[in-house]
Amino acid sequence: MPVVAAIFQTQLFVSVALAVVALALILGATAYCIYFERKVAAWIQDRMGPSRVGPWGLFQPIADGLKFVWKEDSFPAHVDKLLFVLAPTISFVVPLVLFAAIPWGGQLDVGGGNLVEVQVANPDIGLLYILGVAALSVYGVVLGGWASRNKYSFFGGMRACAQMLSYEIPLGLCILVVVLTMGTLRLEQITAAQTGYWLGFIPQWNVFLHPLAFVLLFICMLAECNRAPFDLPEAEQELVGGFHTEYGALKFGMFFLGEYAHMITSGALISVLFLGGWHLPWLAWTQPDAVSWGAALCKIVVLCAKVCFFIFVMMWIRWTLPRFRFDQLLRVAWQGLIPITLALVAWTTGLLYFGVQRSPLWTLWGNVLILAAALAWVARARTPVTGRQDNLPPVGAGTGGAG
Amino acid sequence: MIRDEDIIRIAAPRLTAAERLYLPQVLDGMKTTLTHLFRRPVTVKYPEEKRALRVDNHRGLHRLNRDEQGRVACVACFMCSTACPAHCIHIVAGDAPWPDREKYPVQFDIDELRCIYCGMCEEACPVDAIELTPEYDFVGTTREQMVLDKEELLAVYDRTCGLKPRKNPRITGYPGTGHRGQSVPRPPADEAT
Repeated sequence: MPVVAAIFQTQLFVSVALAVVALALILGATAYCIYFERKVAAWIQDRMGPSRVGPWGLFQPIADGLKFVWKEDSFPAHVDKLLFVLAPTISFVVPLVLFAAIPWGGQLDVGGGNLVEVQVANPDIGLLYILGVAALSVYGVVLGGWASRNKYSFFGGMRACAQMLSYEIPLGLCILVVVLTMGTLRLEQITAAQTGYWLGFIPQWNVFLHPLAFVLLFICMLAECNRAPFDLPEAEQELVGGFHTEYGALKFGMFFLGEYAHMITSGALISVLFLGGWHLPWLAWTQPDAVSWGAALCKIVVLCAKVCFFIFVMMWIRWTLPRFRFDQLLRVAWQGLIPITLALVAWTTGLLYFGVQRSPLWTLWGNVLILAAALAWVARARTPVTGRQDNLPPVGAGTGGAG
Repeated sequence: MIRDEDIIRIAAPRLTAAERLYLPQVLDGMKTTLTHLFRRPVTVKYPEEKRALRVDNHRGLHRLNRDEQGRVACVACFMCSTACPAHCIHIVAGDAPWPDREKYPVQFDIDELRCIYCGMCEEACPVDAIELTPEYDFVGTTREQMVLDKEELLAVYDRTCGLKPRKNPRITGYPGTGHRGQSVPRPPADEAT
C-alpha cells in the first residue's frame, strides 16, 4: 500500500483532483452567479428577484440550465457553421482554463512532510499564462460576431475587438506594476509575499502599495469581462443582442456562462494580485506556515469570499451605471487609463532601480503624485474625460437653460 | 425644412470638477443603489397576494347592471356603442316588455379582446347600466369565450355588485316615453331578464 499512499501524496494527484473538483464547483458557481446577478438587480430596483423555483428561487439556475439544454440547437441558414460553434466554445473554455494557475489554498502537507501547492499548475510564467490565455477570450466574441453574418452581430464583434485590445494595454500595465514590485510571475509567490505586516498590523497587500493600480485594474477587468458600463458588444438597445444575436439554446448558454466564469476568474486574479489571495491577517489558518487540510480549506474559503466580493461589486456597478458611448469608452482607455498606468509603471521602475519598490512610503507618494497630475490635467482639459459630442457648444459657452 | 429661428439652442451645463472626473459621480451613484439594496421590496407576489385596487375607478371587466326589480337596466339607446372607440359593443334592441321604458337590449355583446378599457361606454350611458368592474383576471381559451353576451354581463354584475354597488340605481321611469312599452306583445319570460 505504500505505493498507493505515495501516489496520493504527489503534486500531480492533488492537481488533478483540484482540477476536477474546481471545474465542477466553478460550473455550479457560474450558474449561481446568474441567480445572484438577478437577485442583486432586483434588490437594487426594490424588487424581490427569482422566488418561484424552490425556496427563495434557489433552483432557478437549474431550471434555466435545463431550458438551455432542451431547446432546439438551431443554426441560421447563413452562418459559418465551424466558427459559429467555435465561438461560444472559446468564450466558455478560456475562463475555465484560467483557473488552473490561480493559487487556491497555498501549501498543503499531504502526509510524510510532502508539501504540495493547492493549485492545478504553478508554472514559472503563471501571470504570463493568464494574460496570454485571457487575451484569447476576445476571439470568442469576435468570431461569434463574424460567423453570424449579421450586421448587428458584426458590429458587436467589432466593438468587442476594439474594446478588448484597448483595455488589454492598461490591464497589462497594471499587472506589470505588481510584477515589478514582486519580482516574480509565479502567482503563489506573489500571494506568499503579501503575507507580512507593516508596522505590525497592516497586511502587506499590494492594494496598500498601489491603490491606484488596483482601481484601474478593476476598471480594465470590467471592460475585459464585457460588463456594464463597458458592455458595448452586446448593447441591447443598439445591436439587438450584439455578438450573440443569432445564438440560442446551449450555444447562447455557453456565452452566458462564459461571461460569468470570466468574472470569477477576474475576481480571483485581482484578489491574488492585490488582496493577498488566501491571506487574511491575524487568522492563523490563513498564514503561509499553516499547511494542514483544514488550513487549505480555510484559505480556499477566504479566497472565494474575496472573489464573491468582487463579483458583487461588478454586479453593483452594472445596475448603477449606464453604458458608455463608444468614443467615450476608447477615450477613457487611451486618454485616461493608459497614460496613468504608464506613469505608474515608470515610477515603479524607478523605485526598482533604487531597490525601494516594496516600500509603501515611496509607492504611495508615486500614486498621489500621479493622481494629482491626472487631476490637474483633467481640470485644465477642454473636454471631460468621458468626452461629449463635438457638435455641442463648448463647456461653459452660452447662458444655459432653454434659450 | 427646419428654419434656423425655430431651433432652440441649449448650452450644455458646465460640469463640476467631480463630474469631469467621473469616478466621484460613479461612487455617488453606487451609494444610491446601495441604499436601495436594503430597502423593502415593493413586489406583490401576485397569485398569493393581490394589490388593493381602487374599486370605484378601476377599469376592468364590464358588467350590465340590474335595476331594483332584477331586470337589465339597459335601455338599448346605443350611446355606449357609439362612444366606443374600439367598436366592441354590439347591441340588438327590441321593444321593452316592461311599461317603464321604450326599448331593451335583446342582445348585448361586448368583445373583451377588442375593448381597450377606456371607460367611454360607462361615461356615455344615460342610465348607468354599463359599468366597468374591478375584475381583471378574466381569461379564456378561445376568442369566442372572450365575447360576453348579455347573460354573462349580468352574471358579472351579480358577482361584483357586493364589491361595487351600482352607481345610481334610482334612474328608472323616464318622462315623455308615454309608457309605450305596454302596448307591444311581451317576449317570452326567459328572455325578459
